[in-house]
Amino acid sequence: MTTRIVELRRGILKKNDELAAVLRQRYGAAGVLVLNLVSSPGTGKTAFLERTLRDLRAKGARVAALVGDLETDNDARRLAASGAPVRQINTHGICHLDADMIDKHLAGWEGVELGALDYLFIENVGNLVCPSSYDLGEGIRVALLSVTEGEDKPLKYPTLFNSADAAVITKMDIAEPCGFNRELALKNINEIRPGIRIFETSAKTGVGMDEWLEYLSAQRNR
Amino acid sequence: MHELSIVSSVVDTVTESLAAYPGARVLEVRLRVGVLSAVVVDSLEFCWGLATDGTPVQGARLVVKSVPVVMHCSRCDADVELEGVQSFRCSRCGQPCSDLRQGRELEIEAIEIEDAVSTGADGSGKSGATA
Repeated sequence: MTTRIVELRRGILKKNDELAAVLRQRYGAAGVLVLNLVSSPGTGKTAFLERTLRDLRAKGARVAALVGDLETDNDARRLAASGAPVRQINTHGICHLDADMIDKHLAGWEGVELGALDYLFIENVGNLVCPSSYDLGEGIRVALLSVTEGEDKPLKYPTLFNSADAAVITKMDIAEPCGFNRELALKNINEIRPGIRIFETSAKTGVGMDEWLEYLSAQRNR
Repeated sequence: MHELSIVSSVVDTVTESLAAYPGARVLEVRLRVGVLSAVVVDSLEFCWGLATDGTPVQGARLVVKSVPVVMHCSRCDADVELEGVQSFRCSRCGQPCSDLRQGRELEIEAIEIEDAVSTGADGSGKSGATA
């Protein structure tokens, strides 16, 4: 019997990465800035996105959102109230979105052309682990963290925070009653992703939103 | 818990690559998994039997090599290995580092195969493969 070693050197997620590269090129050609929003369940991604869509539309920006959940279209219905086109992706048990799901849901999305958008937001499935492995071709990956979650979340989930381009702290309006230690949270985020832009926001009061929208506009015009 | 889909993808890739080695049996599959790859090695191993069952990869050993995080430190102008993932600072000078050079790998490095037994004209059953 002959046994031998065959070198493969193949990326396990090669198919996803290749499709993500195609999507990235497509977004670039269309001139749309794509953001992938990742956090735990309950951080307030949907409320933050709702506010972002509303505020951007008020400024005349053309926006749309894809929203991932295991089940239900509750988030899509909530977000649609902003007036922006929204499409739900149900993963039926899968813990993350992948490039293929994005590709399929962009195809045949009635009334939505990438070329006619300024921003496309992708709200990932609430999960701080699995989404970090899957490139969706996004221009900016945003890690969100709420004041109720504990300041050490970035230390517990370094994989995601280290791969993020921006961090958003949500629910700042209840920071004080929650005993949120702001300095510690900022320090922990910086320890995992040195120099990352951090936005301290409240979807309820609108605090921090101006800075966030300015950042989006600057990133789009880069 | 996306390890089952990761492992399934490994099985698919290995199965595809076996097309070049008709009849070969897979003895071992070697993976390189970065510390920052968001994959739990225990879970990969747990899913392995399940995902390989009934496939050409069934019965193969799974060997996972962990790949540490390496950052480029601009102050030292050097690539430095991090001891953990709780602080992304240069392990020599303490400077915060954002330039990741290694640690997100998720790849199939190699497979070990046993070539098919040749049923040559003499019927001796000798291996017909050359290494």
